[in-house]
Amino acid sequence: MDIEFIVQGTYLVASALFILALLWMSSPKTSRRGVRAGEIGMLLAVAGTLLRHDVVSYDLILIAMLLGSAVGVPMAYLMPMTAIPQRTAISHAFGALAVGLIGAAEYYKLAPILAPGSFVLWALMFEMLLGFLTCTASVIAFAKLQEIMPTRPIMFTGQRAVNVLIFAAALVSAGMLIFVPASSQLFPVFIGLSLLFGVLLVIPIGGADMPTVIALLNSYAGLAASAMGFALDNKLLIIVGALDGTSGFILAMIMCKAMNRSFSNVLFGGFGQLATGPAGQAEERPVHSMTAEEAAPILELAGSVVIIPGYGMAVAQAQHRVAELYEHLEEKGVDVKFAIHPVAGRMPWHMNVLLAEADVPYDKLVELEDINPEMPQTDVALVIGANDTVNPAARDDPTSAIAGMPIIEADRARTVMVVKRSMSAGFAGIDNPIYFNENTQMLFGDAKKMAEQLVKDLQEL
Amino acid sequence: MHQASATTDLLFVFMLAAFLGFQLIKRVSPLLHSPLMSLTNAIAAVVVVGAITITGEAGATPLAKTLGFIAVTAATINAVSGFLITDRMLKMFRKKGD
Repeated sequence: MDIEFIVQGTYLVASALFILALLWMSSPKTSRRGVRAGEIGMLLAVAGTLLRHDVVSYDLILIAMLLGSAVGVPMAYLMPMTAIPQRTAISHAFGALAVGLIGAAEYYKLAPILAPGSFVLWALMFEMLLGFLTCTASVIAFAKLQEIMPTRPIMFTGQRAVNVLIFAAALVSAGMLIFVPASSQLFPVFIGLSLLFGVLLVIPIGGADMPTVIALLNSYAGLAASAMGFALDNKLLIIVGALDGTSGFILAMIMCKAMNRSFSNVLFGGFGQLATGPAGQAEERPVHSMTAEEAAPILELAGSVVIIPGYGMAVAQAQHRVAELYEHLEEKGVDVKFAIHPVAGRMPWHMNVLLAEADVPYDKLVELEDINPEMPQTDVALVIGANDTVNPAARDDPTSAIAGMPIIEADRARTVMVVKRSMSAGFAGIDNPIYFNENTQMLFGDAKKMAEQLVKDLQEL
Repeated sequence: MHQASATTDLLFVFMLAAFLGFQLIKRVSPLLHSPLMSLTNAIAAVVVVGAITITGEAGATPLAKTLGFIAVTAATINAVSGFLITDRMLKMFRKKGD
């Protein structure tokens, strides 16, 4: 039988397995089967490719695979769950780098023999543009998430004009490379511009917008893989790229909706830097505060408690202590739920992963839309490290910078307890009126220590 | 390279896969959106097939071999760590009493 027939057969089965992998992600019960399907699909695709006639030398490939596994395995097992957003960002960078480099190698090979304006050249340019810009954009996102770089937006005057010019220059050089074969010395310029545009794309984006950015980069990485499939006439790559591209795109859309913002606003907004609204007037208002010792009996006597975690819980690495607090309250007969805001944290639904890691059963993790109707009947809303996602100004004040963003309506609970280190504003730099409400009690302190203290005081009751 | 019909074939494949992607992703429980991102990232490492061809084909230039070598390494890191970490994440999701 023709080898090419077998190769295409493995690609066909691999495509089906990747589709099944995503299908099985629909429920936690089948999701691990989905990972298996993906793994088998990947092995088949690699095995099929190694069988191809045109692949004749294996030494470098095997060394690279061993090297990649030697890095990948420890990375997977040693990575703390709080670092998942960074890991996702850096792996987008690796994936996009691979796509870009393959594109470059193909270009060097094919440019002399392809007709100007041919479809393959178009696909290669698109692949490299997306690949290289996603690579540097993901590196910057990684640096921001890892806090190697300041997480606040970096803005300068004329930024938008510079971005547009760089992008236009990249497109023009790509066009030259497609239609004028003699301009191949422009190739490094094109790569340089693509890399630079990736950097410029992410530096004005603040830490709180990272969930959207990561989802968008996920989408770009997928589309770049699709473009590569067009260039190499490989349907497996086209299918996988299209699946990934739509996945990232849908997640980015959901993130934007959860913040009531548009794509362009996230990409060009420089959000998180400008504290708008009536600044200054709120500073002098009194707040109520209590200690853990005073809060513990209130929690114990409550019929229902909704815990609202935010990025502060991740920063303080408090998820395990919070889970203990949950267990103790459940033991005392309190109905405890967690309210999850999609954008809380640094990647889509970051809180779900953190709490699952801390052994909180997933049926206790409740979506924003499902928990809000229950809030008025809730005895205590316990806000741990969340700020903007519970800010009632988003609902009540049309002039607020976050007006219209869906929030968890913690303020509708009978009593609100807010665990917070100090009175400083959140990532969005916006005042949060919830702190000054009559029914709000501030529990000042580090999230981890406060949760620990609450557990201790509950035990002593 | 391609005949016009071959190129349009590829566009049809892309169009169908994109629609399928929308339908599949819409069904994914929000609970699993973080692991989903990590899984799609691992699956995207299938670009390794392109990298393998570049690195291993007859007559590959030293430049092509170098670029391909880096690409195979990077994609393998993604595939290996991506699948393992997705499984690690999914293992943690359990119902009460499980």
